[in-house]
Amino acid sequence: MNYWPLLGIALVVVGFALRFNPLLVVVTAAVATGLLAGLDIVAVVEALGRTFNDNRYISVTWIILPVIGLLERYGLQQRARAVIESVRGATMGKLLVLYLGFRQITAALGMKDIGGHPQAVRPLVAPMAEAAATKSHGVLPEAERQKVLAMSAATDNVGLFFGEDIFFAIASILLIQGVFEAAGYPLTPLQLSVWAIPTAICAFVIHGGRILAMDRRLGRLPPPTPGEERA
Amino acid sequence: MITYEWLYILAGAFFAIWALLSFRDRRWGNGAFWGLLAASFLFGSHIGDFANGVLVLAMVGIAGLGLLKRSDPPTTSPEERLNFSAVFGNRLFLPALIVPLTAVVGTLLYNYTPFGETGLFEPRRETLILFGVGVVVALGVAIVWLRPPVLAPAEEGRRLLDSIGWAAILPQMLAALGAVFALAGVGDVIGALAGEVIPENSVFVSVVVFCLGMALFTMIMGNAFAAFPVMAAAIGIPLLVEGYGGNPAVIGAVGMLAGFCGTLLTPMAANFNIVPAALLELDDQNGVIRQQVWTAIPLWVCNVAIIYIAGFWLWS
Repeated sequence: MNYWPLLGIALVVVGFALRFNPLLVVVTAAVATGLLAGLDIVAVVEALGRTFNDNRYISVTWIILPVIGLLERYGLQQRARAVIESVRGATMGKLLVLYLGFRQITAALGMKDIGGHPQAVRPLVAPMAEAAATKSHGVLPEAERQKVLAMSAATDNVGLFFGEDIFFAIASILLIQGVFEAAGYPLTPLQLSVWAIPTAICAFVIHGGRILAMDRRLGRLPPPTPGEERA
Repeated sequence: MITYEWLYILAGAFFAIWALLSFRDRRWGNGAFWGLLAASFLFGSHIGDFANGVLVLAMVGIAGLGLLKRSDPPTTSPEERLNFSAVFGNRLFLPALIVPLTAVVGTLLYNYTPFGETGLFEPRRETLILFGVGVVVALGVAIVWLRPPVLAPAEEGRRLLDSIGWAAILPQMLAALGAVFALAGVGDVIGALAGEVIPENSVFVSVVVFCLGMALFTMIMGNAFAAFPVMAAAIGIPLLVEGYGGNPAVIGAVGMLAGFCGTLLTPMAANFNIVPAALLELDDQNGVIRQQVWTAIPLWVCNVAIIYIAGFWLWS
């Protein structure tokens, strides 16, 4: 067996570790892997061009940016914060745990397009989480503020990943079905998707617990010194 | 029939406008980059594989040389935004909801009512096409309602796009890398290696290696879809199902989820981990991954336990 193409994987790992531009790392790895597998340079460029072209649908989603940007111009983020500030007893922990459950359940029902980073996390979830954390713990140091934003994005990912497979008509379930069927094990999508439920429950408990722990930790921070306050 | 090609023309027009605005702003690198992406959307289906490949290399060259910069188009001040948010109130949320609602409700209607029999959309492509429809409708509603300056929607979009920068095409580029890896037979080599490290007659170790292989290979490829067929063919089916008589449904479903734990840990899953860090303007590109580590690792352990208990103990 030809083990040389594995060098492409090593290039990816080393390139990311050394913090080269990821696009450059990925294309270098692709070209190197193709050449090491015995393709000539023209064939590698053609393969790269064809597969990039075939996957254009992935980048179509950026057309949402003018909608989000325009609404932000007229105060969408400020509105999201105001809503949280007006809710009595709203905490970052409760808010994000609620969003985690909401994201898991809607994804499990096949509605995985509700939510997502450009359309929900940046304009709504992250500002709300920040507002709630500020409301209960005062103005956060910048490093902690960024952790709250990152946790909002993480919560969207966890909710999506460990909810979507409960919906039987989703690509990953169909892929599992196809692989097992080709090997002589016909399974129905529903047989597979019920087995996503135990992991979904574990994900809710683990990540929900971590969100609440983070909220408690923010409450134990020393009050901000004047120098650290944000304008 | 509405196909992806229609969406590509729509997206191509958006990126072409962003390229022109970048040139007007004297950001030549940004203009060239988004201009090439616009060309890919508008003409990619007609110019052939080699020209597309050269186009990709040119975009990577621009990004690799650091010619892509953040931009700062004129916008409203934080004080103005606060005032606007008080004036427009919670109705500001409504245009943002139009896009997901159009995609979700439209998909449900198309699949479960006679609307689907019209054959209006390319089969299995309806959700993304409806997403595009939702964007156009939401943009129209917001423009009519808020009456922004003519260029404001494009300029606000450009601000966000330039804050994402080259990461905007990283997911698409990673999909291309995955295809090249498959062409070079990388998956087969990984599968063969994973199959070799397993000791005889240990169900538990086999389950651990299967789940570890799913997570690690997912981290390398950026998604579990590339890892699953490889690990299932190397360990899941021949060893766990046929050798030890495990439950195929549990092994398949939970094995995939063990891979998803890997997705939480890798910068290669750019659209989930790197793009949000850019969108939220985090200082640390890996800030989102850092918040996911201690969810992903215990959850991976849970998946191993679920396969071992439900797939073997309870099954036999």
